[in-house]
Amino acid sequence: MRRVRAWLPGLLLVAPSIVAIGVFVYGMLGWNFQLAMTDKHDEVSEGEFVGLTNFIGIWDEARWHLSVNHAIMFTVVFVAGALVLGWFLAFLMEKGVRGEGTFRAIYLFPMAVSFVATGIVWRWLMNSGQDERAVGLNRMFDWLGLPQWQWFRDPDWGMAAMAIPAIWQMSGYVMALFLAGFRGVPEELREAARVDGCTEWGVYRHVVLPLLRPVTLSALIILGHISLKVFDLIVAVSGKQVITDVPAVFMWVAVFDSHDPAKGATIASYIVLSVAVFVIPYLIWSVRKERRP
Amino acid sequence: MTAVAVAGRRRRAFSLAKLAVLIAFVVIFLIPIYVLLVTSFKPLTEADPGQAWNLPQTWTFEAWRVAWEKLAPGLWNSVLLAVPGSILSCALGSMNGYVLSKWRFPGADVLFTLFLFGMFIPYQGVMIPLVQLLVGLNELTGMQGVWYGGIPGLVLAHVVYGIPISTLIFRNYYVTIPDELIEASRVDGAGMLRTYWSVVLPVSGPAIAVVIIWQFTSLWNDFLFAVFLTGPQSWPATVMLNNIAGAQATPYSQQMAAAILASIPTMLIYVLLGRFFMRGLMAGALKG
Repeated sequence: MRRVRAWLPGLLLVAPSIVAIGVFVYGMLGWNFQLAMTDKHDEVSEGEFVGLTNFIGIWDEARWHLSVNHAIMFTVVFVAGALVLGWFLAFLMEKGVRGEGTFRAIYLFPMAVSFVATGIVWRWLMNSGQDERAVGLNRMFDWLGLPQWQWFRDPDWGMAAMAIPAIWQMSGYVMALFLAGFRGVPEELREAARVDGCTEWGVYRHVVLPLLRPVTLSALIILGHISLKVFDLIVAVSGKQVITDVPAVFMWVAVFDSHDPAKGATIASYIVLSVAVFVIPYLIWSVRKERRP
Repeated sequence: MTAVAVAGRRRRAFSLAKLAVLIAFVVIFLIPIYVLLVTSFKPLTEADPGQAWNLPQTWTFEAWRVAWEKLAPGLWNSVLLAVPGSILSCALGSMNGYVLSKWRFPGADVLFTLFLFGMFIPYQGVMIPLVQLLVGLNELTGMQGVWYGGIPGLVLAHVVYGIPISTLIFRNYYVTIPDELIEASRVDGAGMLRTYWSVVLPVSGPAIAVVIIWQFTSLWNDFLFAVFLTGPQSWPATVMLNNIAGAQATPYSQQMAAAILASIPTMLIYVLLGRFFMRGLMAGALKG
C-alpha cells in the first residue's frame, strides 16, 4: 500500500498525456483501420464492414501503382543521397577544419525552413522550360554547356529529381548525426590501432566504421520515415499532378477531391504499415539497448 | 627528415583540398538563397528568363510589399498557433519527463516506448478520424469553426502529437539530475509537486529552450495538419504561402518574397539560438 502511494501521484500527473496518446494515436489509428475496412465511399453513407476489400481493390488502380512506384524511387534516391552526402561532409570535417561552426551552420540551415517555402525556390530551379524559355538550373546548365532536363516532369526519372530538394534539406542533419558519431570514437582506440600498424584507412575501416553503425541506423530510420510520408515538398513543387503523385498526395486527393473516406483511410493505412514495419523493431531495439548500459 | 617534410606537405595539401570541397558545397547549398533574395528584389520588367540569374538592375521592395499584404493574415495565424502550442507542449513534456525519470511507476518503460511510437507515426494515419472528431467537437460545443476549421483545433492536434518528442527531450534531460537531490527533497517532506517546483523546474532552463524552439519550428513549418484542419479564416502562413505560389498569376518575385517572409521567424531562431535547435535535432534521433 505504501508503495502504491509512492508512485500513484506520478501516474496521475502523466494520466492526461496517457489518455491523449491513447485516444489520438492508438485510438485514431484503430479508427482509421476500421474505416478502411468499410464501404463508406461517400460522406453520407453509414459504411458496412467489407473486410480487406479496399486494401485489395486499390491495387487495380493505375494511379495507386504509379504513386507507390514514385514513393519507392523517391525513397531510394533521397535516403541514399542524403546518407552519402551527409556522411561525406562529416568525414571532411571530422578532424576539425577552420571555420567548422560556419560550415555546420550553413549545411544545417535548410532544416529550419519549411518544405513549402523551399519548394517554391526548387520549383523555379527545376523548371522544365528549355532554351530561350529556360529559367533556373536549365538556364545555368545552358550557359555551362551541360544538357538541360525535364527535372520532376520527366516521366521516368522525375521522382529522382524530386529527391534533390529533400537531399538539400536533410543532408545537413545527417552530417550532424555522423559528426557526433565520429567524435564519439575514443582517440585511444584509433591510437591503439595505429600502434598495431594500421594505416589511416585501416583505422577508419576497422575501428571507426563499425562504431558508426548505430548512427547510420538512426539516420536510415529517420530519413526512411520522412520519405515514406513525404507530402509538403511534393505539393509545394508540383501540386497535385499525377506525374509526381505519391501515396500521401493521393490520400489528400481521395479525401478532399473524390470525397471517399474509405479510400483515403486505406491509403493512410498503407502509409502507416510501411513505416511501422521498420520503426517498431527499431524502437524496441533502442529501448532495450538503453536498459542494459 | 625529408620523409617527414613530404608527409607534412601532403597533409597540408589534403586539408586544403578538404577545405576547397567544403567551400564548394557551401556555394551549392546557398544557391536557393541567392535565387530567393535576388528574385524577390526584381521589378516585373526584369522578369524575363534571360535575366533569371542576374542581379536586379533596379532594386525594388514592390514584391515584398505585395507579398506582405497577401501573407500578413497567415503570419498572424501562425503566431497564434505556434506560441501557445509550443508553451503547452513544453508544460506537458516537462511533467511527463519528470515523472518518467524521477517518479517512476510500474510499466513506465513500456509506456515511454508506446509514447515514442507516436513520434514516428505518419500523421496521415490519424487524419481522417481527427477531422471527424474535431467536427464532432464543433457540434458538441456549439462553436462552429473553432475546433475543426479553427486555430484551437490545430493547436490541440499539435500539442497532443508533440507530447512524445517533448517528453523524450525532458526525460533525457532530467535523467542527468542526481537522484540524491530528489531524495533529499523527499526526506525534507516535500511531495512530488513540491519537489518538481522547487528542485527540478529551476534547473530545467536548457530543456525548456530546446522544446520551445523545436515545437515552435515544427508548428510554424507544418503544412499537413494545417491543410486538413483549417479553413480560409485560420490558414497559417504555410498554407497561404502555398496558395499564393500556386496561383499562376503570381509573379516569381512575389512568390520568393512571400517564401522569405514566411521563413523569417524560424530562420531568426536558428541563427540566434542554433545551439538549442541542434539539441532538439539530436533528441529526434533518440540520442539524448
